[in-house]
Amino acid sequence: MAYPRADTGSTKIILSGSDLQRVVDRIAHQILEKTSGARDTVLLGIPTRGVPLARRLAARIHAFEGIDIPVGALDITLYRDDLRLHATRALGKTDIPGGGLDGRRVILVDDVLFSGRTVRAALDALSDVGRPSSVQLAVLVDRGHRELPIRADYVGKNIPTALAEKVRVSLAETDDGADEVKLYGGAA
Amino acid sequence: MTSSYLIKGVSVLGGDRTDLLIRDGVVADGGGTADETIDADGLVALPGLVDLHTHLREPGREDAETVETGSRAAALGGYTAVFAMANTSPVADTAGVVEQVWRLGREAGLVDVLPIGAVTVGLAGRQLAELGAMATSAAGVRIFSDDGHCVADPRLMRRALEYVKAFDGIIAQHAEEPRLTEGAQMHEGEVSTRLGLTGWPAVAEEAIIARDVLLAEHVGSRLHVCHVSTAGSVEVLRHAKARGVRVTAEVTPHHLLLTDELAASYDPVFKVNPPLRTASDVTALREALVEGVIDIVATDHAPHAVEDKECEWAYARPGMVGLETALPVVLSVLGEQWELIAERMSRAPARIAGLAGHGTDLSAGTPANLTLVDPSARRVVDPAGLASRSRNTPYAGTTLPGRIVATFLRGEPTVLDGKAVK
Amino acid sequence: MIKHLRSAADLDAGTATLILDTAAEMAALAGREVKKLPTLRGRTVVNLFYEDSTRTRISFEAAAKRLSADVINFSAKGSSVSKGESLKDTALTLQAMGADAVVIRHPASGAPHRLASWVDGSVVNAGDGTHEHPTQALLDAYTMRSRLGRIDGLNVAIVGDVLHSRVARSNVLLLTTLGAKVTLVGPPTLIPVDIAAALSPGTEPSRGGKPKENRTGVSYDLDSVLAGTDVVMMLRVQTERMQDSYFPSAREYSRRYGLDVPRMRKLPEHAIVMHPGPMNRGMEIAPEVADSSRSTIVEQVANGVSARMAVLYLLLGGKA
Repeated sequence: MAYPRADTGSTKIILSGSDLQRVVDRIAHQILEKTSGARDTVLLGIPTRGVPLARRLAARIHAFEGIDIPVGALDITLYRDDLRLHATRALGKTDIPGGGLDGRRVILVDDVLFSGRTVRAALDALSDVGRPSSVQLAVLVDRGHRELPIRADYVGKNIPTALAEKVRVSLAETDDGADEVKLYGGAA
Repeated sequence: MTSSYLIKGVSVLGGDRTDLLIRDGVVADGGGTADETIDADGLVALPGLVDLHTHLREPGREDAETVETGSRAAALGGYTAVFAMANTSPVADTAGVVEQVWRLGREAGLVDVLPIGAVTVGLAGRQLAELGAMATSAAGVRIFSDDGHCVADPRLMRRALEYVKAFDGIIAQHAEEPRLTEGAQMHEGEVSTRLGLTGWPAVAEEAIIARDVLLAEHVGSRLHVCHVSTAGSVEVLRHAKARGVRVTAEVTPHHLLLTDELAASYDPVFKVNPPLRTASDVTALREALVEGVIDIVATDHAPHAVEDKECEWAYARPGMVGLETALPVVLSVLGEQWELIAERMSRAPARIAGLAGHGTDLSAGTPANLTLVDPSARRVVDPAGLASRSRNTPYAGTTLPGRIVATFLRGEPTVLDGKAVK
Repeated sequence: MIKHLRSAADLDAGTATLILDTAAEMAALAGREVKKLPTLRGRTVVNLFYEDSTRTRISFEAAAKRLSADVINFSAKGSSVSKGESLKDTALTLQAMGADAVVIRHPASGAPHRLASWVDGSVVNAGDGTHEHPTQALLDAYTMRSRLGRIDGLNVAIVGDVLHSRVARSNVLLLTTLGAKVTLVGPPTLIPVDIAAALSPGTEPSRGGKPKENRTGVSYDLDSVLAGTDVVMMLRVQTERMQDSYFPSAREYSRRYGLDVPRMRKLPEHAIVMHPGPMNRGMEIAPEVADSSRSTIVEQVANGVSARMAVLYLLLGGKA
């Protein structure tokens, strides 16, 4: 999803920098718990902001358990179903960790789960890259309004939103400034 | 039954306002009454224009132009006489063909159509056509040209120049050394290099003109050079005239205005032979025209059917229609220098061709061949609005000054109120 | 994003770099087992070829098919084209068929420009007369960047029949746009007039009076340019040019402008040798040079598919 910069209406901070850090820590713990120590697991971030989130999760997992979990990136642009609705998009980087995905557990990482179409595209992209034993989904924010039968395995924060509202995630790695999640518009 | 016309308040060649009475086909003395009065306030009267270089396409390509449609376009452009080039199908290389064209012109009755005869049989450049037979035919041909092709063989050119002296003929040369222009598509230079189109080098024109002026000098004949297009050609002509060579030269309106940059669109409406040249060539041609090194403006009106232009550049035929835009283009280039315009577009061409009754000074008793121009009018060229059967004007959408309001051929209007009378 | 790719001059530095970056992603995808992408599903790409060029057609076809576009090959042979149908009428037919892009190869310079004025879809020039071949330049630039890590600041020598070469024109335009310096080398008869001025980027040729950036040069002496060259691109020279007196004989041409082993040794250690193919081994390039480790000739073919995928994606991958 592309987020328009010129947002109108009210602005509400949903997660501050320290909240965001706590949420990442919690997801890291949950992953360790649900995957019995993250064995045979690969984290694949969906560009743009899924990639630094995946790296942060890997770093936290390393800090907690001393495990090095492979991290990669999976660009889904070429698999989107809405290409014709927008101007041509530049491609993001796809980076599959050495050792591949076959027979492994892949956890897709993204910043916001909304309609589910990005995840649908990611599943298509994934099936062209390899055959994981299972696929899970981790998101920082789930804002509802699914258009496809998709749910996340790890959710940092559920935020009930109106359709007209916009959720904007800022990360130090990809955006100027500090970590932050904001909710724009809608109510105004 | 001839009518009389009183043209009121007209400015003859930009002079003071006066009345011009036309009666019995000639300019009449003094004022007086007439059957019809034309309010010519703000209009300029010029002697009817004479075009030494027109392609009327009939016989053979009546889908592109006929003598009648071309005559109408000429009248609307202010012309009272046009010389029809010989590259028809069949080629105008016999008395029969030139008489046919001449007769068609008389039937159309809109301008005097004077056929040009081919120099060589079939324009093939191998043997002389029956020049004398064409000269003594009803068409009375005086100008001979293989235009479209160069008389490249120097010996043949020499013979042609000599032979026509017997009946005061003149050879009009299409100056293009064919070996230097094989496959040529546009002016050879920076733009042709960028566009990947085979170049037509300026020297291919200049070398032939240099050769021909020396030949003309050697045999003491007259030479006319068609559509001069380069600064180098101007220099050769200047030199030849200074030596006293009997050479005259023409330039087309498009070579006075347009440059090779237009080829960048690859739209063949800008493809013409000789090709559009550079801005410095345009400047040199304008100066030469003012100075008199170039004697006349001739249109090289070259109508082409749609399918010969709506195609790839390399496959398109070269040429542009020009009769209806010639005077506006020259006006935009020279400004309102009426005396100079009359000389370059009417008197000098009539003189070169030995054409009586045209290019006169509009004094009492001279044939009433004249045109009335509104210099203050501006018009946007619309290809669909042209009287020519073809649409290949390079000026589509361009605003040009001047509007031809009326044209008279021997006292009878061919154009009135900007519209052809028939 | 641009609508057509008729000339390398259609590309500014930003767009050209985007295409090369996209080509790099496409190349990465080419290494995996499933090469097909769903991206251009439902889009129609027509390959309109008026000249035989199996290599180029197959490259475009592979690129379009990997992106799941429907591909229609419309070749001049065995179609209405050979019955004399005009390019315009063919264009209107393709338009009626709903072509989203037309890839055109044509013997007349500027045919893609004409076509673009008659169809609504995108037009990609796959080689027009002696004018341009912009996707060849893109794949060449991509190859240089992969081998040498950059294009900005490279010294590139393009050697041979520049006059008749569409590859040379497109490469000069693209490479100088991306900051390389290009020297055109060949006998004076095969270097077109005013080429340095004609192909300087970002300057108004002929008129305007602005000083031109001098990133294009000309030399008639191959030996003198080799030492300072990062990339040598050898152009195909047809022996028939001899008949038109462009040079006296194949032997003399080869001696003066052919890239043989002693000449290759004059190149810096890192320099690469390119050729757009098909090669005349022994004429413009010695077999030992063509098969050496400096040669990128085989890579160029593979990179062609990635570069053309990038072009098709960027032209067709968004809102029309």
